[in-house]
Amino acid sequence: MLFQGLVGLSEAMYLWLVAAGLSLIFGVLRVLNFAHGSLYMLGAYFAWIAFRISGSFWVALLLGPLLVCAVGWAMEFGFLRRVYGAPEPFQLLLTFAFVLIFDDLVKLVFGPVYQSPPTPAALSGAVMIGRSVLPTYHLFILAVGGLVGLGLWLFLEKTGVGLIIRATAADREMACALGVRSSRLFTWVFVLGAWLAGLGGALSMPVRAISPGMGEFIIIEAFVVVVLGGLGSLRGAFLGAVLIGLLHAYGLVFMPVFELALGYVAMAAVLIVRPWGLFGVREA
Amino acid sequence: MPRAATGAILTVAVLLVPLVAGPFLQYLVLNMLLLALLALSFNLLFGMTGLLSFGQGAFYAGGAYAAALLLRAGLPLIPSIVLGSVFAAALAAIIGAFCVRHTRIYFSMLTLAFGMLVYAVVWKWTDVTGGDDGLIGIPRGEFFAKPERYYLLAAALVLASVAVLYRLSSSPLGLALRAIRENAERAEFSGVAVRQTIFIAFVTAGFFAGLSGALLAPLEQTVSPSTAHWTKSAEPVMATLIGGPLTFAGPLVGAVVYLGLKEIIVRYTEYWLLVFGLVLLAMVLSFRGGLLGAAIALWRRRA
Repeated sequence: MLFQGLVGLSEAMYLWLVAAGLSLIFGVLRVLNFAHGSLYMLGAYFAWIAFRISGSFWVALLLGPLLVCAVGWAMEFGFLRRVYGAPEPFQLLLTFAFVLIFDDLVKLVFGPVYQSPPTPAALSGAVMIGRSVLPTYHLFILAVGGLVGLGLWLFLEKTGVGLIIRATAADREMACALGVRSSRLFTWVFVLGAWLAGLGGALSMPVRAISPGMGEFIIIEAFVVVVLGGLGSLRGAFLGAVLIGLLHAYGLVFMPVFELALGYVAMAAVLIVRPWGLFGVREA
Repeated sequence: MPRAATGAILTVAVLLVPLVAGPFLQYLVLNMLLLALLALSFNLLFGMTGLLSFGQGAFYAGGAYAAALLLRAGLPLIPSIVLGSVFAAALAAIIGAFCVRHTRIYFSMLTLAFGMLVYAVVWKWTDVTGGDDGLIGIPRGEFFAKPERYYLLAAALVLASVAVLYRLSSSPLGLALRAIRENAERAEFSGVAVRQTIFIAFVTAGFFAGLSGALLAPLEQTVSPSTAHWTKSAEPVMATLIGGPLTFAGPLVGAVVYLGLKEIIVRYTEYWLLVFGLVLLAMVLSFRGGLLGAAIALWRRRA
């Protein structure tokens, strides 16, 4: 039982990283990035290239997400900022266009073949949990996910930039009136969100099969997570991801046929009771 | 009445296709008509109401699977198609109850998530849906076995639906939907029951998306889970954007252009989604009115 829980939690960490970026970007830019799953996918592919060239997992883990940051920067600076004035659906459609472009570009460059790179030697061992064997890598993922959460919390609550981000998320007009340069802030928040998704992708590289479709799957799960937790709330994203991770882990054991549907059922239940999500702000 | 004339010419042209076109062209035109219906149902929510749905594939598949199962159970063709569409509308009523309570961004996310839930159900519920194999050997009866006859039936149903949707767009419901698009709060204050109105539009859109799917099943004589996948939901989105969301005929034009272009592109490359991604990008950045919007703007400038 404990073993299942730990597996579920470590799976939840990828989801948390993607949902965190999605929620952060939405909180500040008010744009829902459909392409966030594609950034996660690009993180995995970029890390894979970096691994092939350098031979080091740690270099890959550093470079992969940074390359995704560059893509994120290009997306925001080159395209997204041109449609801030357009009706909301068009901003969504723009990010959706990137889903199609990134997915097919990856297929074009790498082929539709599933890639499975090796686990780094230092993390390839296993730990005994009760009578089950848990790969060390799962514990590593849990630690990274926790550390990123802690880091984000410290950054947003304890630093000046974090204060500006929170202020802009709470009231954009007022923040701008008080001298926040929103265009620059938007770019950097988008880049940070892209980094989080890229990190998730890079981390998933050794244990999950890399394929062009991996982004589609996780973005829909991430939507479920942010609807559960409340869009724009990082705490909600974290707990939502943990909840979905555990639901999947225990669902596989107790009701394998309905495992896929469990997350949606949870989402529907939350929507009935608290339409704005567990930690979201009630819509005016 | 230039509009009535356009409608009449379109109707005659569509119904004359079997006389002049071979089986391939007939098949292509029918596919264009089905996508046009799906795109029109999508645009009832998008262009008219301002709500971007990424889940029309769920109702399309709902109609297709329900009609297929009824046909395989021995029900005649036309009742199966009608009941398939009604099933899709019922599905839309359940999903819509969750979706219409929310603002635009939540609406898009929820329609996508619920759409993928339907996909997951279709994929997993092998006993009923055939899982990833889908359903095969769907009969369409002796009389409609001839492709020309089925073409005429399907085309007539699509044209009738287009007429209904056109009437709807200028009805009080259509006006209420536009009022919601422009300013939901103001609409509410001037007496429009916003949620109920969106709900009616959602179920109507589900019905016509379902009809499009229910017409597909006997045409292909197979149904596969890909009908429920989000890439299917993306097709009406792209067709509408290409044609133009703010005019009634935009999705019609878009469906023809989209499938025509796709037919040409797939001959050169399998990466047609990349091409459409770039087209969509260009549309969103510079031609938000679509082809029809651009054409109207050009015509007005000349006049």
